[in-house]
Amino acid sequence: MEAYLAAIAAIALIYVLLALGLTLHYGLTGLINFGHVGFFCIGAYAAAILSTKGGMPIAVGFVAAAVLAGLAAWPIGLVSLRLRDDYFAIVTLGFSETVRLVVTSERWLTNGVQGIPGIPRLFEGLGVGMPSALAIVGVLLAVNAAAIWLFFRLVKSPFGRMIEAIRDNEEAVRALGKDPARFKIRVLVLGAALAGIAGAFYAHYIGYVVPDQFIPLVTFYVWMAIIMGGVGRISGAVVGAALLMLFLEGSRFLRDVVPFISAVDMASVRIGAVGLALVLFTMFRPQGLMGDYTRR
Amino acid sequence: MTLTLSSLTRSFGGFRAVDSVSFSVDEGGLVGVIGPNGAGKSTLFSLISGFLAPDSGTVSLFGEDITRLAAHERARRGMVRTFQVPREYAHLTVRENLLAAVPGQSGETLRGLFLRPAAVRAEEQTARARVADAIGFLRLSPVAETPAGRLSGGQKKLLELGRALMTNPKLILLDEPFAGVNPVLVAALSDHIRTLNGRGIGFLIIEHDLPALTRLVSTLHVMDRGRIIASGAPEAVLSAPEVREAYLGGVS
Repeated sequence: MEAYLAAIAAIALIYVLLALGLTLHYGLTGLINFGHVGFFCIGAYAAAILSTKGGMPIAVGFVAAAVLAGLAAWPIGLVSLRLRDDYFAIVTLGFSETVRLVVTSERWLTNGVQGIPGIPRLFEGLGVGMPSALAIVGVLLAVNAAAIWLFFRLVKSPFGRMIEAIRDNEEAVRALGKDPARFKIRVLVLGAALAGIAGAFYAHYIGYVVPDQFIPLVTFYVWMAIIMGGVGRISGAVVGAALLMLFLEGSRFLRDVVPFISAVDMASVRIGAVGLALVLFTMFRPQGLMGDYTRR
Repeated sequence: MTLTLSSLTRSFGGFRAVDSVSFSVDEGGLVGVIGPNGAGKSTLFSLISGFLAPDSGTVSLFGEDITRLAAHERARRGMVRTFQVPREYAHLTVRENLLAAVPGQSGETLRGLFLRPAAVRAEEQTARARVADAIGFLRLSPVAETPAGRLSGGQKKLLELGRALMTNPKLILLDEPFAGVNPVLVAALSDHIRTLNGRGIGFLIIEHDLPALTRLVSTLHVMDRGRIIASGAPEAVLSAPEVREAYLGGVS
């Protein structure tokens, strides 16, 4: 049971990193990013490839994951920032699917649909089981704390004020002499780099990567998390990711109480449970658990 | 000349929304543009402020051709606009709305934020002092900490003017500042505009509310179907037959 809880905690903390990035993109800046999983995928594969085929230390993989995911966001920013919000959403969705197709097709690098197995686990030296699991959760907590600290500093700064101004009315920002593109590109790169780091943690935690782990559903799980937690709130990203895990994993135990459900049906029931939760949230608490944009 | 428009033209399909418009605004001038609905006033404003590109003609500001400059670059050169329907930052407070308009803040760059925190703090203090002055001047103190989305229509217009002021403008373009504003605030807004004009800030104002505008401006241009049909002192312009024709539909 402890191992199971540690596993849930690790995955939840990875989702918090993703949700923080999306909160920066959408909740604070208003960028409708439907391709968050693309940055996550780049980070995971960067870490996987460098630590297996590349023979590099794990730390190098983490740095590469952040840098490559951030770099991938740069051209998307340049190309799409002239687009209207809805087109930006489509472009990002297309980007993440392109990333998935590239890692599926480029077998020489990614091993195609077979994926990359044998990615070294973090803290293997501590021994398999609880010691290493706790160490991983500890490191993830530290990284999350650092990201949250960074985000609070950003939000309370003049930079944070500007990105929220862009979210509220971009034309007014332009009319008042500031270039929204400058801010949006930086925001995109920062959130993407964080998703890349989340990907590196994921790869080293699960131990293998295959393209199927990076379907758009992951992006929408992150969206569900921030909607349930409250868009535009850092605390909303944290609480939302925790809620998401509660619904995803909690629905696992439904099998013990609900009769006549097979393991196969269960997978659908779990997604249904999250969907139902989302519908209930938008009906009864549209601002999310922690409240939405309005800061006070 | 602060602002000079020459032969500014813009069509939508076959429709000439703005048709060869030329006029200028002197330094510190107080100029109005009136015209019936659909005369092309808002399109003209978008051409001047850089939200639309003209098909032909030029816009120059302090002798520099700015026809091809982006909207934010025009604003940085000292010409800033407001919007007919206020575009406040709804979730930021009035104070934050004004702070966000202060130019040249190094705290708005990531490098400044993390490498020069002391400079950022000092700049923020200066910005806050300026914003406090503007809040006092515009009498927005009671709502200073209110999210701007909750303000009344008139208060939002005041806030738009306040944000424009924070950019240290030489010329402010006001798009229907009196529309949807109660009479008390119209008077207050007019007073503010006069005071600011007295400090040397030029104004170009599009308006429907004729009495309020004619009392305010020294020069009036009348637009009809994309063209300027009359220009001059307000009283003279308003008594011109072609203006009465355009406005009153030929009723004499």
